[in-house]
Amino acid sequence: MRTFDYHAVGSAAEALDLLAQYGEDAHLMAGGTSLMLMMEQGLIQPGHVVGLRSANELRGIGASSGGIEIRALTTHREVERSSHVRDYCPTLVEAFERIATIRIRNQATIGGNLVHADPAQDPPPILLALDAEVVIQSKIGERTVPLDGFFRDYFETVVEEGELLASVRLPAIVAGTKSTYVKFLPRTEDDYATLSVGAALRLGADGSCEHVRVALGSAAPTPIRARKVEAALQGQRLTGPMIDEAAELVRDEVDPLDDVRGSAKYKREMARVWTGRALRSLLDGGGK
Amino acid sequence: MPAHRRLVDLLREGLGLTGTKEGCSVGVCGACAVLVDGDMVSACLMPAIFVDGTSVETIEGLSPPEGPLTPLQECFIRHGGFQCGICTPGQIMAATALLRDNPHPTELEVKRWMMGNLCRCTGYYKIVESILAAASGEGAPS
Repeated sequence: MRTFDYHAVGSAAEALDLLAQYGEDAHLMAGGTSLMLMMEQGLIQPGHVVGLRSANELRGIGASSGGIEIRALTTHREVERSSHVRDYCPTLVEAFERIATIRIRNQATIGGNLVHADPAQDPPPILLALDAEVVIQSKIGERTVPLDGFFRDYFETVVEEGELLASVRLPAIVAGTKSTYVKFLPRTEDDYATLSVGAALRLGADGSCEHVRVALGSAAPTPIRARKVEAALQGQRLTGPMIDEAAELVRDEVDPLDDVRGSAKYKREMARVWTGRALRSLLDGGGK
Repeated sequence: MPAHRRLVDLLREGLGLTGTKEGCSVGVCGACAVLVDGDMVSACLMPAIFVDGTSVETIEGLSPPEGPLTPLQECFIRHGGFQCGICTPGQIMAATALLRDNPHPTELEVKRWMMGNLCRCTGYYKIVESILAAASGEGAPS
């Protein structure tokens, strides 16, 4: 690994000053789990690393207009163990409990995870299913961006030079909404998923679909929403066969890669299968 | 200290504490598991600069050189919780963190917690058995 100057900062403002000073030669580091490996492999070679660990204002979980706000430096383990998060949505806790291993969850952060933008990671699909937004801060202020639209490509997001991701906001969940996160792990429990699906569903009193979200991981260059599947179900009185039919549409929405976890063709089929399973479980009263 | 130095290098090369092993170097195998302020982490993924001002526990610090061993270490010996020994420091640090967090875990909780510590010799049964034995109070100095 090429060496670098490490700047430990105590606030977001200090970090933004250093980003302005060093420009492209600077890189932010939160938990460091992904960045260390990318630097080790020479994929990123910053001359200056801005360490956010002591920027306590970027850490923590709190209420936010009926929903919750998870600040960027909050570790996966803190999310998983937070009573705030459990009260807000137990599915979110279950998704975070299954990320990699406890060691990684103790070190890796939610903000670092999102800006890393690896399409195989666990948080994005469930956060997309819950309509998360992210707050991006710069020297001129802050902007809020829906997570759906945040990811640009493999390892690329809309965060520009001179900006940092400050927090993740999740809106209030309308009563009666159920969500689930499922992942297909043919090898080991701590592996990246071959495919994963986050889904949310709310049925009206007459059994019609009032609200539906379907999001997938490991299925395309970025985590994605399956909008065609959602559109086919919205407003309909749902049945199992109708869900299976809608799940067929996901084949046209995914764009997976061939890799050791399966061929693109196989993952496309698994996208259909797991989308159907996730939605059927919600229709059958599963999820939380 | 150079900023790019990893915690595992600081421990093994800088301080000569070679009890912590390096296996996969990518945070997967658990051989380099150590506790930083009580939290289990992979020393191969953590920049050494991160531990400035923290308390780092490694296998060397669990018991004094002349003993006694901790009940958990004693149980790994009694129950054959290792063969070649390479993964053992990581296994014991992980299990130490488990028993502090949850002194009486079920077998499933042990398996879930220890999931990220790979062993290519024992088949895991003996490791789980050793941890459950320690949790039941076995191995304490009499």
